[in-house]
Amino acid sequence: MTVVNHSDERANHFSNALLDVLRRVQSGWRTIVILVPFAWLLIFFLAPFIVIAKISLAEVVIASPPFTRMIEWTDNGIMTIRIVFDNFLYIFDDDLYSRTYVNSLKVSIISTFFCLLIGYPMAYGIIRSGPLAKKMLLFAIILPFWTSFLLRVYAWMGLLADQGTINNILIWLGIIDDPVRMLYTEFAVYIGIIYTYLPFMILPLYANMEKLDQTLNEAAADLGSQPTNTFFKITLPLTVPGIIAGSLLVFIPATGEYIVPDLLGGGNVQMIGRLLYNEFSRNVDWPVASAVAIVLLFLLVLPMAIYQYYQGKAAEQ
Amino acid sequence: MNRNRSRFLSIMLTVGLIFLYVPMILLVIYSFNFSKLVPVWGGWSTRWYSVLFQSEDVWSAVLLSLKIAVINATFATLLGTLAGLAMVRFGRFRLRTLFGSMLVAPLVMPEIITGLSLLVFFISLKQLIGWPTERGFTTITIAHITFSLAYVAVIIQARLTGMDQNLEEAALDLGAKPFKVLTAITLPRLAPGMVAGWLLAFTLSLDDLVIASFVTGPGANTLPILIFSRIRLGLRPDINALATIIILFVAICVAIAALIMFRQQRRQELDEAIAAREMS
Repeated sequence: MTVVNHSDERANHFSNALLDVLRRVQSGWRTIVILVPFAWLLIFFLAPFIVIAKISLAEVVIASPPFTRMIEWTDNGIMTIRIVFDNFLYIFDDDLYSRTYVNSLKVSIISTFFCLLIGYPMAYGIIRSGPLAKKMLLFAIILPFWTSFLLRVYAWMGLLADQGTINNILIWLGIIDDPVRMLYTEFAVYIGIIYTYLPFMILPLYANMEKLDQTLNEAAADLGSQPTNTFFKITLPLTVPGIIAGSLLVFIPATGEYIVPDLLGGGNVQMIGRLLYNEFSRNVDWPVASAVAIVLLFLLVLPMAIYQYYQGKAAEQ
Repeated sequence: MNRNRSRFLSIMLTVGLIFLYVPMILLVIYSFNFSKLVPVWGGWSTRWYSVLFQSEDVWSAVLLSLKIAVINATFATLLGTLAGLAMVRFGRFRLRTLFGSMLVAPLVMPEIITGLSLLVFFISLKQLIGWPTERGFTTITIAHITFSLAYVAVIIQARLTGMDQNLEEAALDLGAKPFKVLTAITLPRLAPGMVAGWLLAFTLSLDDLVIASFVTGPGANTLPILIFSRIRLGLRPDINALATIIILFVAICVAIAALIMFRQQRRQELDEAIAAREMS
């Protein structure tokens, strides 16, 4: 009712001419509001990708910058364009790269699965808490998210080291006699990724579950459905968007993770982020490093598109 | 605690929270360890704090990181708020899909790709127009603004979608100019979101290692770069002391921010409730 009245009033208030003037004034500052962040992202986000795409098609040379130009003008004014696919062929030929890509995906997928396994019941537990407990719990989940990622990984170095807390406790309890090697293994990398990315899983799940209509569960219970049955038939299917958003928010950055494999995996766990960083800082082979980045981007472009789709849908609701 | 929550969920929550907090608590405890070997207990001591306060490179790194973080947060909040307004309140406009994609992509883009592409971009730019002459403070700040503004935009968008537009429409009906409506109504109501965005951008910048390592130049060490170069070689008790200070600082800031936002939200809800009652 009020909506109809409102728009009627509005039509009465403004003559068409006035609306037109309003629109024109509005579009002036509207353009500025859009243009400033848009231009920033075009220059500092999109353009850099175009540059690495270009360099990935160049050859390495000993010069500054250490790669060949794509477009070159000879003395006679003839333009030559050189595009080289060697870098990509090199990546696909070399066993090291393909193994590293596969290993990164494996580590990332398994870590995402465990984050979901731990994060889902936690998010659901928060939803089912009283109003005050809910606020406190949410705060407890968000707090680690604000503290330094690097220091949280460092904390695990102290726990997992040969002389670290876990080994000390196990020896003190008499469970083991000699320290078990945990730091610089794949196990440590899994722990590190699950630990640091868990809040990224819980928060989207929580946001999705908060919108759930709890009366559905009550209706199902009234009709004689067991809680487990209700969960699998009603709650789980309705939280699929949250599961997808949370999983992608863990999976995508974890695939390119550098800090965790470097500090907790040492040289023993090959992940593409670490390989790329080393390729770049030690070998200064920019074209190959760029090609490695482009291939990684191709691997992740579909998950990113799916994430964006769900973000867009969530925003519309 | 609550009868709606089954025992299984309570156990999972407890175990999960222990998992999240025990490593950090141990980190703090070991910062007060006298022993040079981090996990070997040698009695309580604050000697690593005095070691920390005496090292000059830590202070210069802290200063550089704070400077970058403040400038980054301010610009990112400004740009992110504009971007959020454009996405939620402006309906359709040309290239909106591209704009939207560029706003979401930095949230999930692996840092290693962003870092590499920005470094290569800065170097190409220098070849082309002679700027930036040297890498360090400026390039790190630009890189940080680029990904921080996306996070701010998400917060602003969420707040704008949750806000009903009646007040703005009423003001327009009463003859206020759109710009006036923006500054007098929309922005003040957005303020808590902008504060949250500023703080998030601030901590994201303080936290970033990978992107900063790529786009920095010789001599410009931010705090994460300094910490990383030290802990790569193993555990260091003075880093535990530094970590303790950082964790406590962040915890206090987040708690204060949460309290302020909680209060403001309640006051606003109260105001709106009173206004609604007076209207009817």
